[in-house]
Amino acid sequence: MKDPVDVLIIGAGASGAAVAWSLAETKMHILCLEQGGWMNPAEYPSTGRDWEAKFYGEWSSSPNVRGRPEDYPINDDNSPIKVVNYNAVGGSTVMYTAHWPRLHPSDFKVKTLDGVADDWPIDYEALTPFFEENDRMMGTSGLSGDPLSPLTHPPMPQQPMGLSGAIIGKAMNKLGWHWWPSDTTVATMDYEGRARCINLGHCTPACAQGAKSSTDITYWPHAIRAGVELRTHCRVREITTDENGMASGVVYYDKDGIEQFQPAHVVVIACNGVGTPRLLLNSASGRFPNGLANSSGLVGKNLMFHPYAQIYGYVNEPTDSNRAPPTCLWSKQWYDTDLSRGFVRGYGVQFVRGAGPVFEAVVSEQKGILPWGEDHHRVFRKLNGHRLGFSAICEDLPEEHNRVTLDPVLKDSHGIPAPKVDYTISENSRKMMEHALARGREFLETAGASDICVNSPIPWGGWHLLGTARMGTDPERSVVNEWGRSHDVKNLFIVDGSIFVTSGGVNPTSTIQALALYIADQMKQRLANLFD
Amino acid sequence: MSADNQLTRRQRDDLRAIAAMIIPASDEYKVPGADDPAIQADMLATLGRDTKLVAAALDHLARLAGAPLAELDAARRDAVVHEFRKSGGAAAATLVRVVLQCYYRDDRVLGSLGLELRAPFPKGHVLPDGDWSLLDPVKARGGALRRAP
Repeated sequence: MKDPVDVLIIGAGASGAAVAWSLAETKMHILCLEQGGWMNPAEYPSTGRDWEAKFYGEWSSSPNVRGRPEDYPINDDNSPIKVVNYNAVGGSTVMYTAHWPRLHPSDFKVKTLDGVADDWPIDYEALTPFFEENDRMMGTSGLSGDPLSPLTHPPMPQQPMGLSGAIIGKAMNKLGWHWWPSDTTVATMDYEGRARCINLGHCTPACAQGAKSSTDITYWPHAIRAGVELRTHCRVREITTDENGMASGVVYYDKDGIEQFQPAHVVVIACNGVGTPRLLLNSASGRFPNGLANSSGLVGKNLMFHPYAQIYGYVNEPTDSNRAPPTCLWSKQWYDTDLSRGFVRGYGVQFVRGAGPVFEAVVSEQKGILPWGEDHHRVFRKLNGHRLGFSAICEDLPEEHNRVTLDPVLKDSHGIPAPKVDYTISENSRKMMEHALARGREFLETAGASDICVNSPIPWGGWHLLGTARMGTDPERSVVNEWGRSHDVKNLFIVDGSIFVTSGGVNPTSTIQALALYIADQMKQRLANLFD
Repeated sequence: MSADNQLTRRQRDDLRAIAAMIIPASDEYKVPGADDPAIQADMLATLGRDTKLVAAALDHLARLAGAPLAELDAARRDAVVHEFRKSGGAAAATLVRVVLQCYYRDDRVLGSLGLELRAPFPKGHVLPDGDWSLLDPVKARGGALRRAP
């Protein structure tokens, strides 16, 4: 039998890496098990001439399409929004847009302010030092001073405005609407061993330059140097418990597919809002018949995605197309509740700079604006390199019927039951999306765009997996307490997006990592009585 | 393994015929059609995981056409292709995507679009920094974060 470790972290993505690094200073024996492996930037799509085609296959954002050995299948047939993720050291930070807003202070008090959902058991101020620490570790770029966003201090200047940014800014100014350069995790200068961005453009499916921050090149090198052990290609099947109801370790399959048991004194789950409930539900036992840490019955429930309402069109001037990171500017014009709009809460906007030629051709043909036949060439030249987009990221409120369960049939390559997602878009979200599309159309028309197209929701837009093991002070209404510890199992912690109480209207990775650092800090402060 | 051997002769003929209907050659833009031998060879060599769906799409097309697509008269060919797009589902969409993704990486086509014939890495691209005084009206308007109790 293997020697027990002090802390066992499951998952080496955004939150697992941050926790591992933070806890390393305790000098405890920390082990992280990751189902994927280390990535090789020399093989990233942007290194080859077929860089766009790869997005439809081995570099698809959908694990169901990608089907790498490291992936597990997800039954999302009963959801208009499909789950996208990445499984490797770095997790989905390997494959994301690097857009880096954070939750607003008001997002933690939605019940008090708007009478919906629940307040968080912690507030923005509790996370502030960890946001700052995380921004330094991940290496952010941006422009401090946005009047409608929380004050940030990015260590690097904002991305260039580019051709698209100027068109966007002028149109938004004509309308008198807010816009600002996005905080991003794209390095705009050499930073901590990372080379600056050279505008490879196709940076969502991994950055060959290393300018886009992912935890395999930020947190992990530091954590490993500090003594954390990271075992790759190890897929955890279940968390085991002892006669006292405490977590005793995990059963996992190693890189050779051999079943192993790893005992541990503390278990930390960092598997995202789909992987975490899947693991807890797969860890059911005689003592925990409904799944581990699930006395509330809320494990897997309250799944929040952020429905994206996207509208785009084509301007006469050239845009940046694929020659720049896809996002560069945001707007918080409609972020806060205004009941005259017909819905509660709000949305952030991320502007899109353009697309590459293959993507443009494929999508435009599907939309019916790029014809077959003789006129194809003329129309393609009008579209390609002229796209401008407006994507609203709508706050998704928690609803228990939106959930992750175990699929009765579907299993991964190790025979572990796969997750099943049941999700519908709420009436409030639909109204929000309609509002956003109307504002987006005004924006595009002001910019002079034509051939306007809509994706609402973006079907392959389930990047943000939140809420399925929510935090709270009431064990009957939450899965973990206000510092991430399971109410039911005193040595089990959850640090990923599943502990979100509400979703806000922003990309969540910055807040996920700040929460992970906050929970690690709470653990360090309580080491003497962690299980009380 | 090359998909060259995984599609039948008839399927390859129909693929070439429908590719020409999607993107014909153009003297005006000085570009080949998607039935160009080099572009067709690229498709067959790189079909990979798309082979099954593309073969299914071509079988569907063959059923609709009842004869090799290239042998039909123009009106009949148009009618068949119209029905193919309407009823072909994911398989037809995959076939069209394969045609487009191979066409829009051909050197002659990219050259005619004024695009460089290279991978994005390691050269990257240069972006204008832009005129950040555009932000002045936003700064002047100001605003405040919603207060949290």
